[in-house]
Amino acid sequence: MNAAASPLFAVHGLTVGVGARAICRALQFSLMPGEILAILGRNGIGKSTLLATLAGLRPPQTGEILLAGKHYAEHGARTAALLRGWLGQRQEDPFPVTALEIALSGRHPHLSRWQWEGDKDVRVARAALADAGLAGFEERAVQTLSGGERQRLAIAALLAQETPLMFLDEPLTHLDLNHQIAMLKIFARRAEAGAALIIVLHDPGLALRHAGRVLLLYDGGEVSLGPAKALLTPENLSRLYGHPLLRAETEGCVAFIPA
Amino acid sequence: MAVALATENSRVFRPRRALALLFCLALLALASLAVALAVGSLEVGVRDFAAILRGKPSLAAEVVLGLRLPRALAGFACGGLLALAGALMQTLLKNPLADPYVLGVSGGAGIGALLAILFGFSGLMLDSCAFLGALGALFLVFGLARGDNSWTQARLLLTGVIVASGCGAVVTLLLSIAPEARLRGMLFWLMGDLSQTASPWVGLVALGVALLLSLPFARELNLLARSAETARTLGVRVGRLRGLVYLVAAFATAAAVVSAGSIGFIGLIVPHLTRLLAGSDMRLLLPASALLGGALLMAADTLSRTLIAPEQLPVGVLTALIGAPLFLFLLARAGRPPR
Repeated sequence: MNAAASPLFAVHGLTVGVGARAICRALQFSLMPGEILAILGRNGIGKSTLLATLAGLRPPQTGEILLAGKHYAEHGARTAALLRGWLGQRQEDPFPVTALEIALSGRHPHLSRWQWEGDKDVRVARAALADAGLAGFEERAVQTLSGGERQRLAIAALLAQETPLMFLDEPLTHLDLNHQIAMLKIFARRAEAGAALIIVLHDPGLALRHAGRVLLLYDGGEVSLGPAKALLTPENLSRLYGHPLLRAETEGCVAFIPA
Repeated sequence: MAVALATENSRVFRPRRALALLFCLALLALASLAVALAVGSLEVGVRDFAAILRGKPSLAAEVVLGLRLPRALAGFACGGLLALAGALMQTLLKNPLADPYVLGVSGGAGIGALLAILFGFSGLMLDSCAFLGALGALFLVFGLARGDNSWTQARLLLTGVIVASGCGAVVTLLLSIAPEARLRGMLFWLMGDLSQTASPWVGLVALGVALLLSLPFARELNLLARSAETARTLGVRVGRLRGLVYLVAAFATAAAVVSAGSIGFIGLIVPHLTRLLAGSDMRLLLPASALLGGALLMAADTLSRTLIAPEQLPVGVLTALIGAPLFLFLLARAGRPPR
């Protein structure tokens, strides 16, 4: 088996739950370079918990998680950080730092203990800021940024990490429509360049447009995983969100509208 | 072109700029040391210094080398330890209002020291009792906060604050039952005072060790100050790092408190002053805080023994008197509370 054809990420028999409540049981899938998988489900169903488990932040109840063929523990923290990045929902900055410093924090795993960020790291961080629509914000104090700008800054730090695998927990929160599309386009570009992404999304229309596969989390630990086009139907989504949804299509763009 | 220009103006610190700033702070510390050596009831001029450096025995040499130098160095070590511990605690707790004493180390040391004074101990015995008290509080908080391995900031902070206030109650109890004759010594110890410091070496070695242990993790601390989870996905072993930072900060505080009592405000305000000068990058903040804290405490101690000479003020009173308005000024200037 050659390297290009082996999955970047795979889970076998994965069971994740919080206390007695199951989020998924015996989940099985693998992700090839270039794939985007979207996770959808109601608030509180366990999307973030599942994503954190996949990213190696909490142990699963049972099952295996393989990153480039190896368990997280076998990789060690730093090697894993060169392979996968994670975007959390909360950004906190108790002390004054600049946007460029935050973007540079994504370079941490690329540097050895005593190494300082070099020209290449600054270049990568600046490019990531520009990708996130934050060119010219380099010297801005993080505390002066708006919620949406902070969210894009966190995305920039993740992009600067340059990992082949990215886990994104609601990356479009606080973003205006134009920035939502811009971010999704950047994710798509990374995928075209060979990255794989798992994204928690709220908008099934955007998931349909950008994700090849979707993972739907229903109540009671029931999940369905499959091609976005097959699974994102008004019937499935109405059941998923517990509210009837209608499918609308204009000029090739699909949207799901609450009835 | 524009990008190249921006890179030059960037406030991202490179090693060279960091070293330049540290060099300036080292000069400031040296200046503070020179003043501490020169000023006092016996004025020592440049010519006397030259004679001392040549090794000529004189009254000035005795005063400078035997009294003022050890005291100034002890002050430097204490100030450096407190500022370093403060910077570490603020990062560990993600709380700009944290100081080295917030987790009860000084309270524990206070109980040990007051008990020692109550039983008439002094010198090394007093220091040992204070250190044992500090260790007791340190491991009590560590054990309780780690109880179920959750180690959240909130849990650590709450445990520490409760232990500290419990220690405070015991300290008050000891003060209220202490005989009149011992009260003054107890109060001076509690307020922080460098006149009783026997040797600066314990503090200086502790400062060196604390810096050596924390500096290798400075970049990881930058990440920990923001989000523990993001830090983990960037390759930081967060649990191990938190344990290390807590222990280094607590031992540094214990070393400072044992040699000079609970000197206030240095550990809270110096990290903030340093952030204004140097930004929040821990690679620079840790050594810069240590230098600035040392320089400021030396200066404050010089003031404390000269302001109402021949009487001496406890230096802790002075740092609090200067520190409180200075901190309020910085808060007002920042325009909003550093929450």
